[in-house]
Parts: sequence; C-alpha cells; structure tokens
Amino acid sequence: MEFLKETMQFVISGLATGAIYALIGLSFAIIYNSTGIINFAQGEFVMLGGVITIFCITAFKLPILIAVAVAILGTTAVGVVFERLAIRPLKNATPLALIIITIGASILIRGLVMLLWGKDTQALPAFSGNDPIEVAGATMLPQHIWIFGVTLLVIAGNRFFFHHTITGKAMRACSFNRKAANLVGISVGRMVLLSFGISAALGSLAGVIIAPLTMTAYDVGVMLGLKGFCAAIMGGMGSGLGTVLGGLILGTLESLGAGWISSGYKDAIAFLILLLILFIRPQGLFKKGETERV
Amino acid sequence: MLKLTGIGKRFGGLTALQGISFEIVPGSITGIIGPNGAGKTTLFNIATGIYPPSEGAVLLDGKDISNWPPEKRAYLGLVRTFQNIELFGKMTVLENVMVGLHTQSKSGIFACALRMPWQMSEERRIREEARKWLEFVGIPELENVEAGTLSFGKGRLLEIARAMALKPKLLLMDEPAAGLNSSETADLADLIKRIRDLRVTVGLVEHDMDLVMDICDSLVVLNLGTMLATGTPREIQDNPAVVTAYLGEAE
Amino acid sequence: MKSDKLKFLLFAVVVLAIPLFIPKGYLTNVLIFVGINSMLALGLNLLLGYAGQISLGQAAFFGLGAYGSGVLNTQYVINPWLAMALVAVGVAAFAFAIGFPVLRLKGHYLAMATLGVGVIAYISFNETVDLTGGPSGLSGIENLSIGSFVFDSDIKNYYLVWSFALVSILLAMNMVNSRFGRGLRAIHDSEVAARVMGVNARLMKVQVFALSAFISAIAGSLYCHVMTFISPTSFSFPVSIELLTMVVIGGLGSVFGSVLGALLLTLLPEMLRAFQDMDIIVYGLLLISMTIYLPGGLVRGIPALFRKIVPARGSHA
Repeated sequence: MEFLKETMQFVISGLATGAIYALIGLSFAIIYNSTGIINFAQGEFVMLGGVITIFCITAFKLPILIAVAVAILGTTAVGVVFERLAIRPLKNATPLALIIITIGASILIRGLVMLLWGKDTQALPAFSGNDPIEVAGATMLPQHIWIFGVTLLVIAGNRFFFHHTITGKAMRACSFNRKAANLVGISVGRMVLLSFGISAALGSLAGVIIAPLTMTAYDVGVMLGLKGFCAAIMGGMGSGLGTVLGGLILGTLESLGAGWISSGYKDAIAFLILLLILFIRPQGLFKKGETERV
Repeated sequence: MLKLTGIGKRFGGLTALQGISFEIVPGSITGIIGPNGAGKTTLFNIATGIYPPSEGAVLLDGKDISNWPPEKRAYLGLVRTFQNIELFGKMTVLENVMVGLHTQSKSGIFACALRMPWQMSEERRIREEARKWLEFVGIPELENVEAGTLSFGKGRLLEIARAMALKPKLLLMDEPAAGLNSSETADLADLIKRIRDLRVTVGLVEHDMDLVMDICDSLVVLNLGTMLATGTPREIQDNPAVVTAYLGEAE
Repeated sequence: MKSDKLKFLLFAVVVLAIPLFIPKGYLTNVLIFVGINSMLALGLNLLLGYAGQISLGQAAFFGLGAYGSGVLNTQYVINPWLAMALVAVGVAAFAFAIGFPVLRLKGHYLAMATLGVGVIAYISFNETVDLTGGPSGLSGIENLSIGSFVFDSDIKNYYLVWSFALVSILLAMNMVNSRFGRGLRAIHDSEVAARVMGVNARLMKVQVFALSAFISAIAGSLYCHVMTFISPTSFSFPVSIELLTMVVIGGLGSVFGSVLGALLLTLLPEMLRAFQDMDIIVYGLLLISMTIYLPGGLVRGIPALFRKIVPARGSHA
C-alpha cells in the first residue's frame, strides 16, 4: 500500500515535470519545423523565463503576473534578436555551422545572465501557495495544477494557431516546402523570425511555471533544454500530441527511476532514453516508419 | 552486364517506377531517355545502390546486387556520375581523382598514419595513375586547383576522370551534357566514344537527342515510371508511342 | 608534402626550445595544458574538420582516459604506462562499438547523441563514488616515471606531454594526406559521391571516431598523472564546448589549427582571470562570429588577410 502511494506520488511529480519537457519540446519543434534547425540555445530561453521573472519580482517588486509577462516578452525579444544577429546573416549555412552558432548563442546568453545576476540558485514563490492537495492518497501542489492547466492551454492554443489562423497555416506551409511557400507569397524570412519569437515565448513560459518547483539559476537551461529535446525526438519532432506524450512519458520514467533506483542517475535516464530512441526509432515513437534513404 | 528485372520503386504512396526490365549489353553505349519525371535518375539511383528497389532485382554479371550499398558495388566496377556534379569541392583536382582509385589501393588508418613503406609506394602509384586520367579527359594542368572552383564544364570532365580512375566495367552517366555548350557537347561525345573504346560499358541518361542518337547503340525509353520502348536509335525514332510521349510533353 | 614535413620539423624545434627561453613555473605549467588541449582538439578536428562529423561528447573520452589511468594507478598495482595503453585501447574500442549506432545519425541528431554520451559519462564519474571518489575527486595519483626518473616537475612534464602531442600531430598529418584522410575529406564534401567511389563511409567514420577517442584517452591519462588529482568537472559538457571552440577558432580541417586553437583558448582564461567567468561569454561570441565571418578559422584567416593587405600595399607603391 505504501509502495502504491509512493508510486502515485512519483507519477504525479513526474507528469508535472513531464509537462514542462513537453512544452520545451514543442518550442524546439516550432523552430525545427520552420527552419530545420535544432536550436541548442532553446534551454537558455527556458532559463531566461524563470530568471527574469524572479528579477522583476525582487528588484522592482512587480506583481507576479506582470513579472511573468515581462519575462516572456523579454525572452521573445531575445529570440528575435538572436535570429536577426546570428541566424539570418548565414545564408545556405551547413547544419554544422548552425549547430556551432546556436551553441555559441547558448553559452553567450548563459554567460551574460551569470554576469548580470550571479551564480546563485533562486526560488520563485509558487503562484498559489504551497498547501498540498490530497489526490487519490497522494499529495499534489497547487503549482502542479498550474503546470497542467498552462500545458493544456498551450496545447490547445498551439493547435488553434497552426491549424486555424492564416499566420499559423503559413508557418506550416513553410515547414512543408519553403520554395513553394515563397512562391505563393509567404515571406519565409518573416515566418522564421516569428518561429524564433514564438518558440522563445513558449520556452520561457515553461521556465516560469517550473521555477517554483525546482528553483532556477543561470545554468538550468542545459538540462531542461536537453530533456525538452528528448521529448521532441520521442514525438518525432512534430508540433503535436506526440511531443506532449513524449514529455509526459519521459518525466514519469525519470521520476520513477529516481525514486526506485537512484536519484543521482536521474539525468542519465533521460539521456539513455534519448540515445535508445535515436538509435532505434529516430522518426519518433508514434510515427510510422518512413523509407530511409541510404 | 547490368540486368534489371521488374524494378519498381515507391516513395510513400507515390509510384516512381514500375516494371522496368532491360539489360545493358557489354561493350555497348545504352541511352536511357524519356520526358522529365519519367524516373530516369531514380533508376540510376537504384542501379548504383543509393536506395534499394521496392521490387525487382538488379543483377551485375548475373550476381544479384539489389541490396548492396554503393561502396560495395564500386568494387565490382559499377560507378556513376551525377546530374548536378558531385565533386569533393574542398579537395584538389588530383585528390578527387585519387579518391577514384580508392578501390585499387588498400592502405588503412594505421598504414597511413605510420607511413609504412608500401603505403608510400602505393601513394606514388595512385598519384601517377590519377594524373593519367586527368590527361585522358584533357585537364592535366588543373591538378592543383581546388575542385570547388572549377567551371561547370571542367567539373564535368573531372567527374568523368574520377569515375574512370576506378577502372569501371560499367559507367553510368546522369545527363553528362546538361549545362554544356555545343562545342563542349561535341568533345563529350568524343570522350564517351573513347571510353567505350577502352571496353567500358556505358549507360547514359540524357536529354540531348542529337548526342544520344549519335553515340548510343541501343535506347531504353521511360515514360511516367514505366518502360515505353527499347531498341536501336533508328527503331526508337520511328516508334509512334515514343513520338507521342515526346510530342505530348513538348505540346 | 615536403613543405608539411618542414613545417612539422620547425614546429617541433620551436616546441622543444621554448622552455629554454621562458621563466620556469607558471608559464611552463600553462603550456603543459596547451599540449594536452592540443591533443584533445586534434582528436576532435580529425572527426569534425576532416570527416565532417560533430561530437559534443569528447570530454567523455578524455575523462575515461583520466579515470581509467587514475583508478588503475590508485587502486591496483599495474605499470602506469601499460595502464595508459590498455585504457586508450579500451576507450577506442568503446568508441568503436558505440560509433556504429551513433554515427548513423547526421547533423543535429548526431550532435545531440554525442552530447548524451558525454552527459552519461559525466554522471557516471560523479555517481560511481567507490571507484572514482565521486564529486570530491580522486587524489593520490602518482607521477609517471621511467626507472628512477620521475616526471615530477613542470619542465619534465612539459617534455612528457609535448612528446605525445608531437607524435599525435605527426601521425595525424600523415593520415590526412593519404588514402584514409582523402576518404574522410571526400565523405565530408559529398558522402554519396564518396560511397559511389568505393569509400566505406560508415566504417571510416567509426574508425576516425575511435581514433579521436584514442587520442583523447591518452591526453586524459597524461592529465591525471600530471595533475595527480582529478574530479568530474574537468570532464563535463562545458569542456566539450571549449574543445569545439578551439577547433572552430584554430581552423576546421587543419592539424596546426587545432594547436593554435588550443593555445589561444588555454591562454585566454588565464588572461581573463581578472574578469572571472568572462570566458564563456567570450567563447560564445567567438563561436558565433568565427562561424559567420571566418569559417576557415584563424589558421586560414590570417594568411588570407595578409595576402589581402600585401598586394594592396604593392599597388600603392
């Protein structure tokens, strides 16, 4: 009975972090689908979300909602500037060059944050207090509910945007065929810029809502980014449900592994899963296999 | 030499090729023609192992090589050139041809790092051999030029030199005349005949009908992924189905 | 090829002569690490600059070499030179084995997979406390020795490390200008054409991956014996990024570029010591700006710049 209760607890916290991975995974997929780039600085967007929010609250005593808005807008601006300064100047860049540039951007952002705000780990107060709620014998924090709520909203918003708005459809068109999209009058450059903006916003949102649970610091982006990428890979780099499921599975496995086996190896679990999927099913867990070209 | 039996290829739901069967006879120059989208390049990709066929078999000298990777086929003497020229752009012209001699040399990672004496003599041998092929196509003066800086026509010649260095039994050329002017095309026709005279069997995908009619011994006509006709250039010219396919396309 | 030999001889003479002209102590010590980093950068450059395959997990092989030698030296009775050889072969075999699935991946996926290997190794160094001492590190590693001659001073270690580095450089130069190296460069420029020419791309990528792991492991063994103390942070993800920066700055696909990159990036943090933690900002800026404006690295960029300036001067005269 105790075991069951414990397991339930692991699953709940696993699902919550998993939801975060899912959001980050979606933010990876947005850039990937419009540009073919895996943005190694994605985790930094996540970190910026949490860090800027905390900064706004402690330095300017802003109410939390406004602080969150500032953080998301600020990170979006970083994403846009990043695209303009580092991605756009390179026409016909090789994947290698793009990898190196986004890695450069990621350590640059990390370094600047460290310089501005130091190396301390900081906590963001939970949005609605810390009184636990009993669910099926296990306890749940209000912040968990925030996370699940926001994730659901984002999934719905994501779907609405990409399937029911002109801009969203144009972005999808770019992901299918850039040349054709260009021919029908879609400005591919603007769509790429937009994808960096949206992706940064989404990443920072994930960073904000997880910050009360895990604390945040200048260097949390690396791990969060990589796990979000893992979720995206599980979902086949799609921007839909696959990535969400991938994130939830990853979060749960990680939480169970940490609880049952060893917490020290928690991060290794995510990477083992990542490697296994890359080796065995690089097209993602939920997609049908495609004919692989030699 | 090369025999294709019932080759079919599907990409997802799209059928690119269906029921392709023909043989390239040793010592011949065989042209593969057809309107755009007929599946000619796809056929070459299957023949050289860039991807496997969905159905049917590729036989080289009676051996089923349908699922062999390209590098293994190279050792049997099957090589190709590419429609858009695939040179090793950051390497010199001579080095490009020396890669063509890969199958005729064997120094591995250790022999190369340690400069074994036999590796040194092998290196000298393939260097000389590579120069011979640059002479053959007529660009010996360019040996130290970076391949990526060559003009399209010279690049084409280098690609042929590199393929010939492999001492192929069968050379498949994907639109070798594309992008060449008329005097370059005439030189190319001459070069292909010289290649045949070295007893290399040639397979040729080509749009330039004058060239095809001039040098080919037999033709295979594809249309929309299926075989339309085979025969000598004369027979093909008089074939009403072929005429319709071409005129239909040209409007 | 003659000029290559000359370049190498000149370089070797300079390297061997340097200690005669610099003050003993601090600078010599820094140059030891330039030597170790040169080997690491060279290993990565063979893979990235020549074969065009990225690895963000090089620190793992460095760490496996260091911990392999360190653990064997502190907990078992085994000749450290023999241990170094065994560990290097073992690490290369490990890289060879994981290389087949890893190097099937391309581009971003390859980068992520190698990064994953690096992170898993780093976590293992931290968690296998009984063996490695965990986060607090492994101490009490002996200096290397030949008979009664112990490599226990900076100057001795300088010659120790640089002999290995020079040999690596020589072997690498031989390799890249030969059949194997041409095959690698051909894969980089056009994998499909290389394969059509008979180059076994899959095998050669894995071989060069194993070779880069081998060189990195040797560097790791040297590092642990020089330092006599190691801890996991020396083999973490930022180290892999630092190596990447060295290669990009020095020059992708250039043996001496690796050395130049290692030299600059080992000296830089020393010079930036006054501005603590500025180094990653500088690395970030360097990675971005070099890739955009000087993709050939300094080793090609400087001569090109020189050529640009010299004729300009000539035309004025």
